[in-house]
Amino acid sequence: MSSNREAQNPVDLDDLYRDVILDHYRSPRNRGARDDATVSAEGFNPSCGDEIQLSVAIVNGTLSGLGFGGSGCSISQSSASMMTEAMSGRSIESAREMSSHVQQMLTDDGFDLDAVDLGDLEALSGVAKFPVRIKCGLLAWKVLDQALANATGESVTDDSDIPTRVTSS
Amino acid sequence: MTTATPLDVAAIRAQFPILSREVHGQPLVYLDNAATTQKPQSVIDALSGYYSTMNANIHRGLHTLAEEATSAYEGVRSQVAEFVGASSHREVVFTRNTTESLNLLAYTLGTRLRPGDEIVLSAAEHHSNLVPWQLVTQRSGAVLRFIELNDDQQIDVDTARAAINANTRIVSIVHMSNVLGSIAPVAEIAEMARSVGATMIVDAAQSAPHIPVNVNELGADYVAFSAHKMLGPTGVGVLWGRQELLADLDPFLGGGEMISVVTREESSWAALPHKFEAGTPNIADVIAFGAALNFLNEVGMDAVAAHDAELTHYAVEQLSRLEGLDIYGPADPVDRSAVIAFNYRDIHSHDIATILDRSGIAVRAGHHCAQPLMRTLGVPATARASFYLYNERSEVDALVDGLLEAGERFGFERGA
Repeated sequence: MSSNREAQNPVDLDDLYRDVILDHYRSPRNRGARDDATVSAEGFNPSCGDEIQLSVAIVNGTLSGLGFGGSGCSISQSSASMMTEAMSGRSIESAREMSSHVQQMLTDDGFDLDAVDLGDLEALSGVAKFPVRIKCGLLAWKVLDQALANATGESVTDDSDIPTRVTSS
Repeated sequence: MTTATPLDVAAIRAQFPILSREVHGQPLVYLDNAATTQKPQSVIDALSGYYSTMNANIHRGLHTLAEEATSAYEGVRSQVAEFVGASSHREVVFTRNTTESLNLLAYTLGTRLRPGDEIVLSAAEHHSNLVPWQLVTQRSGAVLRFIELNDDQQIDVDTARAAINANTRIVSIVHMSNVLGSIAPVAEIAEMARSVGATMIVDAAQSAPHIPVNVNELGADYVAFSAHKMLGPTGVGVLWGRQELLADLDPFLGGGEMISVVTREESSWAALPHKFEAGTPNIADVIAFGAALNFLNEVGMDAVAAHDAELTHYAVEQLSRLEGLDIYGPADPVDRSAVIAFNYRDIHSHDIATILDRSGIAVRAGHHCAQPLMRTLGVPATARASFYLYNERSEVDALVDGLLEAGERFGFERGA
């Protein structure tokens, strides 16, 4: 008694657990807080307990390095790990734009992957097919939004149920 | 354990329509019974039958439908009283759920507490038997104390003795843990509570569905549980209390149904148990709960307990064979029932749950509304399989197979 939607568009576990994701989960990149961080933020999913701490070094408007800590499922942790790699070297503006694209991809099953080049982050596109796991994928990006908003002196308006806060700046 | 199960599980399964559905193209294997159980056709029929044939508001109506609905609703109260060995139907209060039953107690008993008074809970409480008492301490100045787990992750008489003292006013503990599956020695702890003059409350949300619960044998003053965890519909909780104690409590919620005489300035209260049932109650679901109790009575709670214990024993045995699988709770299956919380390899429980779901297997993952217990156990989360009278060994085997598949996906060899 599968839904019609699923019959037309079968959802496979391989869509969620891509090799890239499992690789980042087993061998996380940039794990740990950065000594040279200029802003740090954290967030968690109250419903499942996943948590991410993020530290970002911003030099002359460029994210020179990111580090993360926390615990949770493979999606939440690999999303954070991939983010730290993909955002390093970007301007604040570019990082924000990417964050926006990734969050659209995570929440919209119909997101057009050809429209933007997201590199390895495209591996996260399958998350949108697993509604209960979307928040897992979003967590790191909500924390990044919080950190970048703080760096530019703005406040975050977010209607998701993922609480985030700046921990040092 | 090779004892043959006394239940005709195939015949029981046939009465639960949902058990014949598929999930992701696989037969449903429902192992999330500690969250809520499935409903037999008789419960579903009772619910729709009420709306089809006798829907009316109860107690004050003078017409036939109101009379029939009142009789059916009050009849279930008597059934509940009999099910838990209460001495009167007046000792049975219907609430929305266990959480509301416990909040009722925390609110009403909490007004009597003074700074320095102690409320004793256990390390294994569900948030529903923790947060209401935290609110009480903020209002009253009373403090919380906790019965710790022993080395076998159980609440025992010794750990209870260390927490209960002359300042204890309330002892409120979980009978069967929704994470550890362990069953607390409630009768002995109730004796300790009585010896210091404390009120004894038992959260029986997990025990009432799985083992015979007799309120007098427990020695409790109050017992709370929910219909939906024992084949009944959602939206119905029970608070049992000793009649003389309930009579002495102030009301929790005010409104219609719970009054005797109302003037502009003041009111007097209706007789028990109506004093605690303000407003139109959940008539339909209470009546359907009656069908659930009939079902359990026909099977027999001793048989349910034996079946659940046997299946739990088998599951512990099978799961223990998996390398890298940690089971929480008492080591000896004899000390537990129906609930098995575990972690497998370094795979997060949410990933386990997602992967099992694709094989049609429903388990719980996360903190199970017991975050302090998770910290005590030193884990952020666990997966949890929980059984009931319609589950069978082949479903445990499916769980084991699903876990091996999860392991493969995360890079572990199946043969391990």
